Amino acid sequence: MNFFHILSLARKEFLALMRDKRSRIIIIVPPIIQLFIFGFAATYDLNDVPVAVYNEDSGGASRELLARIEGSPHFSILHQLSSDAEIAPLIDNRKVLLVIRLGPRFSADLQRGDPAPLQLVIDGRNSNTAMTALNYLRGVVLDFNREWQREHGLTGPPVKLEMRAWYNENLQSRWFIVPGIIGSLILVVTLLVTALSVAREREQGTFDQLLVTPLRPVEILIGKAIPGIVIGLLEATLIIVLMVWFFEVPLRGSIPALYVGILLFLVSTVGVGLMISSIAVTQQQAILGAFLFIVPAVILSGFTTPIANMPEVVQWLTYLDPLRYFLVIVRGVTLEGDGFALLFHQFWPMAIIGAVTLAMAGWLFRHRMY
Amino acid sequence: MNDRLRRLWGMIRKESLQILRDPSSISIAFVMPVVLLLLFGYGVSLDAKHIPLGIVIEQPDTASQSLAGAFDRSEFFRPQRFGAIQEAQQALAERRIDGILWLRNDFSSRLLSGNEAPIGVFVNGVDSNQANITKGYIQGTWLAWLQHFAAAQGRDLDLPVAMEQRVWFNPALNSRLFLVPGLIAIIMTMIGSLLTAMVVAREWERGTMEALMVTPLHMGEMLAGKLIPYFALGMGGMLLSVAMALVLFGVPLLSPFWLLMLCSALFMLVSLAIGLLISIVTRNQFLAGQVALVVSFLPSFLLSGFLFDIHSMPEWVQTITYLVPARYFVAILQTLFLAGPVWPVVLANAGAMLLMLVILTALVVKKSYKRLD
Repeated sequence: MNFFHILSLARKEFLALMRDKRSRIIIIVPPIIQLFIFGFAATYDLNDVPVAVYNEDSGGASRELLARIEGSPHFSILHQLSSDAEIAPLIDNRKVLLVIRLGPRFSADLQRGDPAPLQLVIDGRNSNTAMTALNYLRGVVLDFNREWQREHGLTGPPVKLEMRAWYNENLQSRWFIVPGIIGSLILVVTLLVTALSVAREREQGTFDQLLVTPLRPVEILIGKAIPGIVIGLLEATLIIVLMVWFFEVPLRGSIPALYVGILLFLVSTVGVGLMISSIAVTQQQAILGAFLFIVPAVILSGFTTPIANMPEVVQWLTYLDPLRYFLVIVRGVTLEGDGFALLFHQFWPMAIIGAVTLAMAGWLFRHRMY
Repeated sequence: MNDRLRRLWGMIRKESLQILRDPSSISIAFVMPVVLLLLFGYGVSLDAKHIPLGIVIEQPDTASQSLAGAFDRSEFFRPQRFGAIQEAQQALAERRIDGILWLRNDFSSRLLSGNEAPIGVFVNGVDSNQANITKGYIQGTWLAWLQHFAAAQGRDLDLPVAMEQRVWFNPALNSRLFLVPGLIAIIMTMIGSLLTAMVVAREWERGTMEALMVTPLHMGEMLAGKLIPYFALGMGGMLLSVAMALVLFGVPLLSPFWLLMLCSALFMLVSLAIGLLISIVTRNQFLAGQVALVVSFLPSFLLSGFLFDIHSMPEWVQTITYLVPARYFVAILQTLFLAGPVWPVVLANAGAMLLMLVILTALVVKKSYKRLD
């Protein structure tokens, strides 16, 4: 293996990529814009859920309960209704997510010690939003009950839950989603850069020329892999700095372990990219091929929805997805404060994926000729 | 007129042959929807089941066993017993369990003596949404057990205010029912914008655009000839997705089919116009692919309300979502499938898409001319 060969090929690849001003911009600017937009947009937390209230009760208890709901940052009461008929149009037209109805005897029942029902109608079109809103409301009602019982000298439920969340103490979804964005952005950028590198030369006919140079396939492979890895490393560093500095996500674990993870993740995605690139005949096929890989890889990685909820067969498939391992590493290092010991089982599968795909790409260089 | 039709037909024929001969376009239009729908329909779910939960009982007796039994019987949990809280916390740190229920050794004595008996609950909060759902299930199981326990002791559990909830449109709160219709928007974006963006860019890059320019084709005929086959491809992908949603996943379609087709055709045209505009501006396949990804695919995934609630985003992000056509289409899809033809929702969103179509068409016409640089 001749290092001079590899270096000159890598240099040529960098020049091909960076020569065009628009490609330079496209590698750097969109990932940053995406980090900002998606970092703010991608949240499962609900703020200011639009609520309508139909209060037939005139007692103080209902007012107090409604004041507590209004006081919570999660809800804002937009409409006061005066008949049942108004409920359906508001929900159908998505003006409100939730309608709260208090019957005429609410306060009276409560004073007498009878159970007072709080009737809710909720729009279930987005089931997760509905469930989250109900959970928030349950918290408000439990607090109200507890206080009511204390003030009126009643005994509360005999058992009380003391809940505590580890690692993400205030359960902010931003802390969960933003580290995940690092993984998916690096995946998209490196995969597109490498997927096009061989396909472009094939389409333009320069790949045959490359094959008749003294460069050996291994050297072509490494030379083509280097730009993707270098760009990925720089981009990852930039995003991590922004994540910690701007989104205030903590970095509690071992940074060397994080970088070992990034490097292995890059090797595996570059391997997949080069493999797609060496199968594709045209750039269009390469981009579509990259797409056919990126979309399932992001969906199955646990980026937005947990792997544990998937059926068993689909869970097996996720073991082929390098992003799956990388997300555990990023979240482990940022939130859980993990080091090498707890992450070892995430490192080696990525190394295997990288080795297999790179070997296949190298073999395909020589054996797929058009 | 006859000439014009003949030229248009020739262009359509050329584009169709190009699509048919390139396996990657066919696979984006037909393999991708199947793969995505199978993955999303069966694979992606926000409904947690069998959450691995560690239970620590420091002093086993009837009361603590009956509480643990309630968790054993729940389909939401897969409990594991640990002898000491330290072991359970170690398992939580190693991600072997997602939560811990900790009954200290004075649990039963406090419970029976009428003091308030606390239960310690720890959840792994990394995935905050999942942690919230887990907390909700733990609360639910706990409340049900309390009622059962109070009834066994011959008294009522007095809760001053009790929630009685009715969920409209999706009573079982099944996340598949809202993910699958939303997915149709993503699949159509992919065919419309990504695939089309690359087609015209390819002609420029390969220099065949110059060859087309010396033909008597008008610019309009050329664009129409390029778009019609991709429109057919996109609508084909859409029909396939709807068929799978209805047959395989049992999503109800509570609206007339023609309305769904009409709205989808409108959305398809908007996507095609975006794809065309990208390719005309970039004239390079690599750039066209990247730009299509950034301005159409990712926003339709994250900013459309398909997965994340738009209402909870910061104001400035909500403003950006008005520029994402998938936002309007996802709202229409979720309503048409699950709620029925609610005209105010359908008309407002279809109107917004129509406006986008007009603006985009004007831009395309302005930017496309038969000229060499």
